[in-house]
Amino acid sequence: MSTAAREFHRKAAEKAPDLVHRQVIQRNMVSYDIAVDKAKGRFRDWQAGRRRAQQIKWEAINNLDKLLEQFEAKILERGGHVFWAADAQEACKYVVDLARRRGVKTVVKSKSMVTEEILLSPALEKEGMQVWETDLGEWIVQLRHEPPYHIVTPAMHLSRQDISRLFREKVDPTIDTDDPQKLVAVARRFLRRAFFVAEMGISGANFLVADAGMVAISTNEGNARLTTSVPPLHVVVTGIEKVIPRLENLGLFWPLLATSGTGQPIITYSTLIGGPRKAGEVDGPEEFHVVLVDNGRSRLLADPEQREILHCIRCGACLNACPVYRNIGGHTYGTIYPGPIGSVLTPNLAGIEEFHHLPFASSLCGACREVCPVRIDLPLHLLQNRRKVAESGIPGLAEMAGFKVWSWAMMSPQRYNFFGALSRMGMRMVKALGLSGSLLDPMRPWTKYRAALPAPRQSFRELWRKQRVVEKPE
Amino acid sequence: MALRVALFIPCFVDQLFPQVGLDTTAVLRRIGCQVEFPEDQTCCGQPAFNTGRWDDARPCAERFLQVFGSYEHVVCPSGSCTTMVRKFYPDLLQGESRQQALALGRRVYEFSEFLVRVAGVREVGAEFPHKVTYHSSCHATRELGITEEPRILLRNVRGLEFVEMQHADECCGFGGMFAVKFAEISSAMGDVKAANIEACGAEYVAAIDSSCLMHVEGILRHSNRAAKTIHLASILAAGSK
Repeated sequence: MSTAAREFHRKAAEKAPDLVHRQVIQRNMVSYDIAVDKAKGRFRDWQAGRRRAQQIKWEAINNLDKLLEQFEAKILERGGHVFWAADAQEACKYVVDLARRRGVKTVVKSKSMVTEEILLSPALEKEGMQVWETDLGEWIVQLRHEPPYHIVTPAMHLSRQDISRLFREKVDPTIDTDDPQKLVAVARRFLRRAFFVAEMGISGANFLVADAGMVAISTNEGNARLTTSVPPLHVVVTGIEKVIPRLENLGLFWPLLATSGTGQPIITYSTLIGGPRKAGEVDGPEEFHVVLVDNGRSRLLADPEQREILHCIRCGACLNACPVYRNIGGHTYGTIYPGPIGSVLTPNLAGIEEFHHLPFASSLCGACREVCPVRIDLPLHLLQNRRKVAESGIPGLAEMAGFKVWSWAMMSPQRYNFFGALSRMGMRMVKALGLSGSLLDPMRPWTKYRAALPAPRQSFRELWRKQRVVEKPE
Repeated sequence: MALRVALFIPCFVDQLFPQVGLDTTAVLRRIGCQVEFPEDQTCCGQPAFNTGRWDDARPCAERFLQVFGSYEHVVCPSGSCTTMVRKFYPDLLQGESRQQALALGRRVYEFSEFLVRVAGVREVGAEFPHKVTYHSSCHATRELGITEEPRILLRNVRGLEFVEMQHADECCGFGGMFAVKFAEISSAMGDVKAANIEACGAEYVAAIDSSCLMHVEGILRHSNRAAKTIHLASILAAGSK
């Protein structure tokens, strides 16, 4: 078992029975569900919208090379810069070098999961720069020295009382309110100062619009607009898979993302950015860079069975729908992307050796696929990842041999009957000896949390043979 | 003419819940089916398939095609095992076998689905004077689209008071090997399900999958809750004669 797997089990055992945590998350999810249902009702046909979105993302991912070059050409034309980063290290080095060259001391960031993925903030901080997250939820978890709990709502696990306490400790000891409006005002006062001293703004991208050569960014707090227009230098850091082919596609993808992400008809502030400030314009950065991050994505692109994972638009709906996520929470995963999409993505991006357990940490219930706005077959990809794990040999010889014996036994009804009867006898003995649920119970992983299984003396087929003799069909 | 039906009894139903197999048989006979049990059947291969051991699952699937290939109607008291044949065999198999699987998959029915959609039966003359809720198991609900059939059958049982629980289609947490590999998560999910069952005031929670019921029963007993579990077939077999 890898270190990540051990940590996962440890944290899951702690969080799963935590009833306070369960209540907080359930409450959040109920209000999310209600909002989503309402927002879906604004679509004339939600299912048709999902199917169309799936087609568009299929087109984008299967023409990714051409579309990215089209996007790049437009950015260059407008005087922007585009850097193709093969991995996290290259991406960080590019941004750090840029910041150093421009003498940057303070950086403001709007929300971006890719920058979490490549560990950009620690790289900048190592150079002595001050980095501020400006999304409220991100800023809160930054103050707590925590990773985001959720890819869309990073501080979902905290109550306003938690946040009030945090602000009192970290921002202003005189705060004595848990009124959300007043707490937001505290954050706003603090972050406004950061916006106006920062020499560099870093944002993510919700979509890269290929034909227009534009970066589409949506936020509910307007913080991306400040991040991308106030500092003299703006760097967009984005995964290469965020492409959509045409500007008109936003007509579908903006409401789709808003509906699935937060249950809004549309996100409050949606911005299109295509380059630095032009002569005669009053605002916008002097310098504009786009860092296109691969970091394992082209490996997925080369895999026809799992390429579809790159269709993800990071709305977070699968996390919200997932009963595993709801019970163990975002931090237990120990990954940048938690929940179903994380368990599908992480073993492929960050390595199957370390994250071999994630595809198995699912009951394959399929709730995620049902809500995915681009209809990614998440349970199938969990199964495909399980296959990759089995083929890698990570689970060890015992499991491999076990299944070989099992498969051999299933090839003959006699062997099947024999092993079946033997197991039932064993189970009856454990019960007769009063060992059920004890440490000596071979079924301990089951009985630790549940009453013992039944172990009848006769199987169905034995009873079938008997009744066939006694009883005649009506 | 009486429908000739082959019983596909999942391995754990055969071994651990034989009564469910008998009750399935009894109901099918009552509606006039001629029921056969191909005794060469073993397991459909789902445990290996779900563990990523597709090479070990494939012989089970090939074998299943041989054992059941000649039947016009195959009926299974499990949504999950029906899903394995209908939805996953075509992923698992290639070439000729895949074609056979696609064809057979259209003739393999989950029990309640068979009663309502194929046999056209909504009422089987059962009596069960209890308050019952229905757990809509995942594979049946989201892979096969079976949501109404079991509810129709339950509502038509004499004396049965049907109640819906909250989040009836949320996973109970069983998930096969998941239940033991990640027992701490599985049991927490089971606990949420058990609380929903209890809150709706039902005496019984019914389902069309013994696997989910086995897990839910274990959780209900372990947490000293009063509700009991029962397979749909056992309710439909009750109170006749």
